[in-house]
Amino acid sequence: MNKYLSFFRLRFIYGFQYRAAALAGIMTQFTWGALEILMFKAFYNADAKAFPMTFSALVSYVWMQQAFLALFMTWILENEIFDIITNGNIAYELCRPVDVYNMWFTRSMANRLSKALLRSMPILLFAVFLPAPYGLRLPDNGKTFSWFLLTMVLGFLTVIAYCMLLYIINFYTISPMGIRMVSVAVVEFFSGAVIPLPFFPKGIREIFEILPFASMQNVPLRIYSGDISGTGLYRAAGLQIFWVILLIVAGKILMTKALKKVVVQGG
Amino acid sequence: MKLYYKYFLIHLKSIFQHKASFLLTTIGQFLVSFNVFLGVYFMFLRFNKVNNFTYSEVLLCFSIVLIQFSLAECFARGFDTFSSTISNGEFDRIMVRPRNEMLQVLGSKIEFTRIGRILQALIMFIYGIMKSNVTWSYGRIFTVVFMIIGGTVVFTGIFIIYAALCFFTIEGLEFMNIFTDGAREYGKYPVSIYGKIVLQICTFIIPFALVQYYPLLYVLGKSHNEGYIFFPILGCGFIIPCYLFWKFGIRHYKSTGS
Repeated sequence: MNKYLSFFRLRFIYGFQYRAAALAGIMTQFTWGALEILMFKAFYNADAKAFPMTFSALVSYVWMQQAFLALFMTWILENEIFDIITNGNIAYELCRPVDVYNMWFTRSMANRLSKALLRSMPILLFAVFLPAPYGLRLPDNGKTFSWFLLTMVLGFLTVIAYCMLLYIINFYTISPMGIRMVSVAVVEFFSGAVIPLPFFPKGIREIFEILPFASMQNVPLRIYSGDISGTGLYRAAGLQIFWVILLIVAGKILMTKALKKVVVQGG
Repeated sequence: MKLYYKYFLIHLKSIFQHKASFLLTTIGQFLVSFNVFLGVYFMFLRFNKVNNFTYSEVLLCFSIVLIQFSLAECFARGFDTFSSTISNGEFDRIMVRPRNEMLQVLGSKIEFTRIGRILQALIMFIYGIMKSNVTWSYGRIFTVVFMIIGGTVVFTGIFIIYAALCFFTIEGLEFMNIFTDGAREYGKYPVSIYGKIVLQICTFIIPFALVQYYPLLYVLGKSHNEGYIFFPILGCGFIIPCYLFWKFGIRHYKSTGS
């Protein structure tokens, strides 16, 4: 456990080096968030009754989504890991006395966390002080907030476990670009990154909510904004735990299978 | 022009060498923007109109922006990936050749995989035309053609600024994404829905509205101001400051030495 912890620390500090990039990222995300909210505002003005969440819940949803982009977006993949697999450096990884799956898992966690920490604070601070309908609202009570933290961790783990599958698929195919683009696009759509899940029609939404993609950003963001409450909390968190375990087990099995037949050419 | 034609042929031939990879990336491109379309579709399942624009009218707007952006990206891709051209020293080689630098950068990459997106845009465009009850006149047809040309030019201008900034920073700047990917993403709706301030920025600072919102009003018959037909041509003027900025950047260029 200790070695993963120090590995985590290393990667985490490494991620902190890119402060200028973070500043640019903050500006970008802030603008995206603002445009997103203005767009929903136009729809809200067009027909407030058809709006499935309260407007302030939606605003909080968007700001939190932008602030914690680095935790939840599957398109933030590590090119280094893809390179390691395709250029044969995987041999070095295998020499180390650590489990490759766990190592890559901690690595992704550290990278995303450092990115998120750098970027989220300024966005959150700024968003809290925006005028009434456009500002980020604090959750109703401490209980909601602790549920939010818990489900955020679970959602975060789901995202990484899913990304691990994408890395592992790379062992089996030579040209991963196509699969990568498609699977990222699929997640975007089903996880509520394109439009929040409540905006889908009822029947479709109920199916979407069972899928692993809904366990990613959808659950914590909607708990924060107060859109999921009561018994829905237990159901959502339970599903999250189920998917995290399933995805990790699947990843580990696929990884062992892949490593058994991996052939590294010399050179 | 002859030189560019040669570049064009080279890139076309190179695709035929990697058919499978080309096909997969094209499909990927198609799916990625298909997401955006689905987003619009499901929003309009719930809402009938937004700012007096109906579903088919928004689709018309979205498809035109998508065509503009994809065309610009297809041909000006060399500027989009310019930071790597600078950092790996490729630009030094370009500088020593006795040809215009801009032309060489333009020719260095032509991304035909964007056809996936253009195809999708065309389908939406046709659907939008059939459903939105626009009575077509020569004026309106010309407006759409001007919009596509103007938009491609404006997006190309933004790619040029993006590249020219690399002369100073070497790295690409992430916030420029707002004007490229952001404009594509949020250009799906007419600019006016984002409110007055955004509309003003998009009119006077970066002329997105000139190639999207105003001419669209004329095409859809929401406005009878015939001046709007020529707004996209006005928008083309945006390329001039972009070109000057590029020239300015080249004078400041220091090789990375690699």
